[in-house]
Amino acid sequence: MSDSEYIVEVRQVKKSFKDVQAVKGVSLKIKPGEFVALLGPNGAGKTTLVEMIEGIQHPDEGEIFIAGKQWKHHQHELHQMIGLSLQETRFMDKLTAYETMRLFASFYKLNSDRVNEVFSLIGLDEKKKAYVDNLSGGQRQRLALGVALLNKPKILLLDEPTTGLDPNARREIWNILLDLKKNHNTSLILTSHYMEEAEYLCDRIIIMDQGNILGEGTLQEILALGGGHRSLDELFISLTGRHLYE
Amino acid sequence: MNKITNHQLYRLIVAHFAEIIREPSVIFWGVVFPILMAWGLGIAFTQKGGVQAKLAVVINLEGVSGNQQTKLISWLTANAQKKDSVYTITLKNEKLGNATLSFFETSSSNAFTLLKKGKVSVIIEDQLNGSSYRFDPANAEAKAAYHLAADLEAHGPLFYTENQSQIQPLTLSGTRYVDFLIPGLLAMGIMMACSWGISYTIIDRRSKKLLRRMVATPMKKSNLLFALITARFTMNLAEAILLFLFAWLYFGVKIQGSFSALIVLFISANIAFSGIAILISSRTANTEVGNGMINAIVTPMMVVSGVFFSYHNFPDWAIPAIQYLPLTMITDTFRSIFNEGAGFLDVWREALVLTITGIVSFVIGLKIFKWY
Repeated sequence: MSDSEYIVEVRQVKKSFKDVQAVKGVSLKIKPGEFVALLGPNGAGKTTLVEMIEGIQHPDEGEIFIAGKQWKHHQHELHQMIGLSLQETRFMDKLTAYETMRLFASFYKLNSDRVNEVFSLIGLDEKKKAYVDNLSGGQRQRLALGVALLNKPKILLLDEPTTGLDPNARREIWNILLDLKKNHNTSLILTSHYMEEAEYLCDRIIIMDQGNILGEGTLQEILALGGGHRSLDELFISLTGRHLYE
Repeated sequence: MNKITNHQLYRLIVAHFAEIIREPSVIFWGVVFPILMAWGLGIAFTQKGGVQAKLAVVINLEGVSGNQQTKLISWLTANAQKKDSVYTITLKNEKLGNATLSFFETSSSNAFTLLKKGKVSVIIEDQLNGSSYRFDPANAEAKAAYHLAADLEAHGPLFYTENQSQIQPLTLSGTRYVDFLIPGLLAMGIMMACSWGISYTIIDRRSKKLLRRMVATPMKKSNLLFALITARFTMNLAEAILLFLFAWLYFGVKIQGSFSALIVLFISANIAFSGIAILISSRTANTEVGNGMINAIVTPMMVVSGVFFSYHNFPDWAIPAIQYLPLTMITDTFRSIFNEGAGFLDVWREALVLTITGIVSFVIGLKIFKWY
C-alpha cells in the first residue's frame, strides 16, 4: 500500500537495459504541489526514472505509486492525471498550433474552451494559426508545455524542458511554471542540466549519478552536504569528480 | 458545440488528412505524377510513332577492286539520302507507322564504340557479296533493326510498304497498351501510397517521439492507426478517381466489367497494403532503415508484377510465384475488370485473399508494434 500523503512514491526501483544498470534501487516521495528537480549528467538515470513514473518503462524491481495507484492496474486513470513534455518531441509539422492542441484535447475529451484557456496560459495566442514547423524552438516548447497542461494534471513531468532554448525563451517557460505553482496544486518533476533552473523553480532538488541518488533536499540542504559548497556544480564535482552538465 | 468535432477519432483523421493535403510534394507525387506517367507512356505506346533503327556499317574491302562498291553501300548510295557519313531511308506504312533506318558508315573500332554508347544497336559488315550482322539477340530493339535492315537488303523497300490491307490495327478499347497500363498504375498507386504514406509516416513519428507522446495520453491506439489508414484510403480514392478520369477523357479507357467489383477490389487492395504497411513499420524508429525496408518490399513488386509490361516474359518457373504477389493480384484483377468485363463472381477470391493478407499483416504488425 502507498502512503496517501504523497502524490508520487517510488520504492527501491531498479531498471537495467542489457548490461547497463540505469537505475539502481532508487526511492523518492513527492507531495502534492511540490516541485522537484532531478539533476544529473547524461546517463545519470533521470530519464529512465521519469519514464518509469510516466509508465513508459516498467521497473525490473520495486514499486511506483501515483496517487496511490499503479500503472499495471490503473493505466487509464493515471493517463488522465499526468501531463508530460518529452525532450525533443516533434509535433506534426503541417498542423497549426491550435489544431495540435485540439488534437490532444480530444484525447482527454476536452473542447475548444479548454484549448483557448491553455493558449492564454502559455502566452501563445497570436501563434494559434501558425504551422508547427514555423514556430521557434521556444514557441514549440511552450506548445509542448501547453499540451502537457491540457488535462489540468495532478503531476507534471518535464524532461529537459528548456534544453537548447535562449535565456528569454527559458525565462518564459519558467514564468508559466511559476504561475502554475502559485495558482494550482500541481506537482512537478523536472529533469534538467541547468542548476539555475532547479534553484529557481523547485522546492527540492535530487541529484542523481550512475543510477543512484547522491543527495536530496532544499538547495541549502544540498549545498551543505560535504561541508558547504557555493554551487550545485561545485558540490557535484566534490561528490563525483565531474561536472553536473557533462 | 458539435460533439463529433471533439471526438479523438475525428480529430485524428482530420489531422492526418490535413498533413497529407498541405504537403505540395504529396499532391505532386500522388496525383500529378501518375497522370503524367499515364500520359507519357500512353502516348509513347499508343501513337503510330514508327521505328527508328540505327546501324553501323563497316566496309570490308576484301575482293573489291577499282570502282566497285560493297553490296549494301552500293544499294544505299542509289536509294538513300546521305549526309556526312550517314545514309538515311524512310520506309512508309500507314498501318505500322514509318520506319526510319540510319546507317552510319564507319571504321570497325568506331562501330564498337558507337554500339557501346548505345548510338547504334547493330553492326553490319558490308562485303562484296552481302552483309553479316552483329548484335545482341536478347536486345529486342537490335533484333527489330536487324530484321528491317536484312529485309531491306534482301527485298527492297516494298517489303515494308506493300500488303498494308492485311494489317488490322487494334484500336478497340481494352486492347491497347494504355488499357493495359492504367489498371497497373492504379494498383501501383495504392501500393506506393500505403507503403510511403502509412509506413514512412509511422516510422517518422516514432523517430520524432510523437507516437510516444500520444500514447502517454488516454488516446486509443487503434484510433491512431485507423485514422492514418482512413486518411490514406480517402486520398488513394481521390488519386484513383483523378487518374481514371484522365484516362477516360484523354484515352477513352473504359471499365467494361462490374463497377461494384472494382469498388470491392479497390477496398481489399487498400486493406492488403495498409496491413503490409503497418507490418513494415511496426518496429524501427530509424527513417533510413525504414526507407530501405519499404524499398525492399515495393521495388521487386514494381519490377515483376507486370505494372508496365507483361510478367509472362519472366521464366515459366517464376510466374506462379509472381502471380501470388499482392501487386500482381491487384493488377491482374483490375485488368480483368477494366478490359475483360469481369464481375464480382470473377474477382471475389482475389478480393478475399487480399483482405486476409491485409488483416493478418495488420494483426502481426500490431502484436510486435513498438510505440516508443
